[in-house]
Amino acid sequence: MEEQMTCKELVELVTEYIEGTLPNDVRMRVESHLTGCDGCTNYVEQMRQTIQLTGQIREENLSPEQRDDLLKLFRDWKKA
Amino acid sequence: MDTSIDETTIVNLLRVGDEAAFTSLVEQYHASLVRLAHLFVRDGAMAEELAQETWLAVLQGLNNFEGRSSLKTWIFTILTNKAKTRGKREKRSVSFSDLDDPASDSPTVDPDRFRSASEGIKEGHWVNGPTPWRDIPEDSLLYNETMKVILQSIDLLPETQRAVITLHDVHELPSNEVCNVLGISETNQRVLLHRARAKVRQALEDYLQPEK
Repeated sequence: MEEQMTCKELVELVTEYIEGTLPNDVRMRVESHLTGCDGCTNYVEQMRQTIQLTGQIREENLSPEQRDDLLKLFRDWKKA
Repeated sequence: MDTSIDETTIVNLLRVGDEAAFTSLVEQYHASLVRLAHLFVRDGAMAEELAQETWLAVLQGLNNFEGRSSLKTWIFTILTNKAKTRGKREKRSVSFSDLDDPASDSPTVDPDRFRSASEGIKEGHWVNGPTPWRDIPEDSLLYNETMKVILQSIDLLPETQRAVITLHDVHELPSNEVCNVLGISETNQRVLLHRARAKVRQALEDYLQPEK
């Protein structure tokens, strides 16, 4: 029986855990730790929320100069 | 970032010169293209120019776009190819390892939040573990402020981490495409992504639960 994973170790594996890239044995150790640990369960959930919220970012507006330049580029391309 | 109209439709609209289709793409990606260009060239005007050249190449290359990668990946790849060439001409050869966070194997969570060895059997366990965040309804003031917190925390990241989280989590490119666009390994990509996310999560926790 391997020694139980600590919370400090688990937090460094969260991205690989969420992305599904952990080897099976490590993933099972993560899951068994999560079963008994509210702190880490909340940490994983917060990372998921972070990813989900980050996915809702829309780029800031372009400056009027940028917009004009790009529209000109588009119209010139269309004419050509 | 979700693309509401599917890519084939956008490509077809662009081919017939639909200005609205072009504008919507530009609004989604131009700022990210300029930032990405900054990884390779120092000069701000040159980064802007590279992003513009990318759009022209996209328009001129539309008929060759076969949809083997997603449209957004194709756009980002054109940019990085141009930027790398330009960066070399400028004698700024950039390697991602040079630009990395110098502390790339340091912990991503403050070690003080875990018990130390002197505190006995629960070494490495939370002292003060995370607790669930309150709800953030999408149409609330809190939501708008939260999105600002995320944007600011991404702006503060080292540039390679910012590039990876922008491509992977903002524009939702799959990992292998992020690696191709940036020319980095899967492992490097995961490390950068993990560090970036951990910092954004921390910024959110500081904002949502300032008492922690």
